[in-house]
Amino acid sequence: MSEEANSAEPLVRVEGVHTYYGKSHILHGVSLTIGAGEVVGLLGRNGVGKSTTLKSIMGLVQPTQGTVTLNGRAVTGMPPHRLARLGIGYVPEDRRIFRLLTVMENLRTGLDRKGVTEETRKSLLDKVFAYFPVLAERRTQAGGTLSGGEQQMLAIARAMMLEPKIILLDEPTEGLMPRMVSQIGHIIEALHKEGISILLVEQNVPLTLRASQRVYIMEKGNVRHHCAASELDVNDAVIKQYLGV
Amino acid sequence: MGAVGDFIHSIPIDLLIIQTVNGIVTGMILALVASGLTLIFGIMDVVNFAHGELFMLGAYMGVIAFATTGNFWVALVLASLIVGIFGAALQIVTLRPLIGRDPLNTILATFGISLVLQNYALWQFGPVARKISEPISAEFTLFYLQYPWYRIVIAVLSAAIIGALWLFLKFNKFGVWIRATTQDRVMAQAMGIPVPWVYTGVFALGAAMAAASGVLFAPFGGVDSSMGLQWVLEAFIVVVVGGMGNLGGSVVAAIFISLLEAYAAVWLNPSQAVIASFVVLILTLLFRPTGLFAVPK
Amino acid sequence: MTSASLDKTMPLAKKRLSHTTTYWLVFCIVMAALIVAPLVLPEFWAGFLTEVLIWGLLAMSSDLLIGYTGMVSFGHSAFFGLGMYGAAAALLLVKPGNLWLAILFGLGGAAGAAVFVAYFSTRLRDIYFAITTLIFSQIFYVIIFTWTSLTGGENGLIFDQPHFTIPFLVNVPFNSTTMHWFVLAVVAGSYLILRRVTQSPFGMVLQSIRENEARTRAIGYPVERYKIVSVMLSGLFAGLAGVLYAVQKEFAAPDFVYFLTSGEAVIYNLIGGVGTLVGPIVGAGFFQLARQLLSQWLGDQFPYLIPLGIVFIAMIIFLPQGLLGFARRWLNR
Repeated sequence: MSEEANSAEPLVRVEGVHTYYGKSHILHGVSLTIGAGEVVGLLGRNGVGKSTTLKSIMGLVQPTQGTVTLNGRAVTGMPPHRLARLGIGYVPEDRRIFRLLTVMENLRTGLDRKGVTEETRKSLLDKVFAYFPVLAERRTQAGGTLSGGEQQMLAIARAMMLEPKIILLDEPTEGLMPRMVSQIGHIIEALHKEGISILLVEQNVPLTLRASQRVYIMEKGNVRHHCAASELDVNDAVIKQYLGV
Repeated sequence: MGAVGDFIHSIPIDLLIIQTVNGIVTGMILALVASGLTLIFGIMDVVNFAHGELFMLGAYMGVIAFATTGNFWVALVLASLIVGIFGAALQIVTLRPLIGRDPLNTILATFGISLVLQNYALWQFGPVARKISEPISAEFTLFYLQYPWYRIVIAVLSAAIIGALWLFLKFNKFGVWIRATTQDRVMAQAMGIPVPWVYTGVFALGAAMAAASGVLFAPFGGVDSSMGLQWVLEAFIVVVVGGMGNLGGSVVAAIFISLLEAYAAVWLNPSQAVIASFVVLILTLLFRPTGLFAVPK
Repeated sequence: MTSASLDKTMPLAKKRLSHTTTYWLVFCIVMAALIVAPLVLPEFWAGFLTEVLIWGLLAMSSDLLIGYTGMVSFGHSAFFGLGMYGAAAALLLVKPGNLWLAILFGLGGAAGAAVFVAYFSTRLRDIYFAITTLIFSQIFYVIIFTWTSLTGGENGLIFDQPHFTIPFLVNVPFNSTTMHWFVLAVVAGSYLILRRVTQSPFGMVLQSIRENEARTRAIGYPVERYKIVSVMLSGLFAGLAGVLYAVQKEFAAPDFVYFLTSGEAVIYNLIGGVGTLVGPIVGAGFFQLARQLLSQWLGDQFPYLIPLGIVFIAMIIFLPQGLLGFARRWLNR
């Protein structure tokens, strides 16, 4: 167990969050932190509540107990559109791009915000097209016509349009070919270099360990293990314990 | 050949052409009313029973605005604005609390609103029908009739408004917001789109369109507190036949149904001609319940 | 040994009344009050109460569809109207008017309409169904309104009230008290029948359809058949209400076939409490009473529907379970 990445208030703090889906008690008091400019991994088997944790942060489900703070400010249960404007980007499992909107229109949903100058618009678009040249090519195509990998890129690009302080990434490599998987790894690295924090939920352990500075491991709705990524190895007993088949 | 020939000769071609024109004119107004309704349903999943009353209120606001300003076009814009804002207020007070609840609640709530508005209008304005005089009184000769140009203007204007709506949805920032919200409400929120306000805006837009139709219709149909009832039924039929949420479909359906009714009126009396729309609805429900003109998503 | 075990069970039974006992006790008290009512109330209010019972029956029939099967329908004005006109037909065709024939014709008419609606109920869901039922009411309205030679059109039909007859035994004309008792008997009987239905296995399946139609179907129930029966039952009782109305008032008019009547039935339903069967009757009473009082205090011209409509909307937002909603579980046990 390493010390906290920084002693100052972290960018996002989740404390004691309980969340239900109907009558099912999914999160039993989850606590974690993400520092500014940090990549934090969230590992665990299917169904332990990783996605629900992301959704609880994003306000897509309301925690019944516990708090979520952004830069020290309580944001628990705020409507998602406010959180997006406060700087939380969300890239869900199965991407969920707007299938009937073009690539450009998908990006516009994040770009058409208050206070975005023409300059910023241009620079954001240039940046994203530099990261993902394929999107530039397909910019007038409907989102639904893109391949799985391209849709994943669009989902990330779209979140980047919000100029977020942190991006919640839910299983970005799921269903992608190995070549695309390594590309995702590069993208995460590039985002990290820009100083954007990332909370990365993943089943792909090697990728997560490479990309993250710290990892949390969840089981049955709670955080069971927390350490620096460097302390863990794919073959570690801890990994086998919580994630082994 | 004799009987068929007699029948063909007996078809009043000139009357049919007149009815065609009438049908298109009525159809365009109906299309404008139905567009607002299908927009509200497609985007918010709300069956707005009060839509006919918004049409009626728009007509009354038009009467008042016209009496005040003396200008028909100013009255048209004013009435649409007033009813649009009223619609927004209505949505915020009565429909927002119901978001996420069983759709039965919104159907009943809008039904309740329609009762209140209807009785309010009857109480406030009395049972005597009002009129607005036509802004354009020129006429042209259509066979043996002096046909008012104004009716053609209504049709063109309605088409223009619907066209403007389509352009708005396609290119304008709020239009993109609306389309994103329709496709994925949750992700739209995650992208910073204030979905509750999008809903309010859409409702206001639908209300404004209904109001505009009311004002346009007023000069040739008169204004009374029950006018909403007749139009809302037809509008619902159009929305179902055209495909709920399908803007283009409801325009085509509106014209189609109005034409059928106009032709039927040649042989039947007007209160029976409305059966044509019922028949179309039943056929649609039997064979293509998602809408005759529905485009597969 | 034996007496000791008996001692264990006896005290429990004595501690408080079982649900069944309380329920029937309440039922008997209410019935007694309703039976005595026409004898103590002034004539106007007695007749008023009778009418409330009839509207309550209509609303109750719609509760079967809305509250128990989860199908919103605005078609009850069609069933009510056809029940009314069916009874009118019987009373005009066969003289002297026969009460039972009127009921038969009325139920037949309502059943005919119900078959129509039932067919579409299996092919349409939710909003489409609701709108279609509304259009159906209007179709019948237009037909009745314009087929003047058959239905009297706008003016409706007038006829004489039949006597209460039991063949070979009784033949007495109704007075307002006996009419009230007859209506009360029919409505109470209908309530008991519907209660039996909703508590039966059949009723349980209906409620399961309301909760989750897909799952019910997946379990293997022929959902369509259940829906059809539900619509038919609902239509029959609504038609019965129409017959009662015709018999009590001695006229039939197209106004009642206009979809607004269905809307009112649904309003009574919601105000009183969906899914309670007896709630709609209370809702009808509340609404009619409020209307009566408002017009008495504020004059005939006062648009009573404005405040009532606002109350209705407020109830949807704040009290969607209705006045008797709190008792819903208790009433259904």
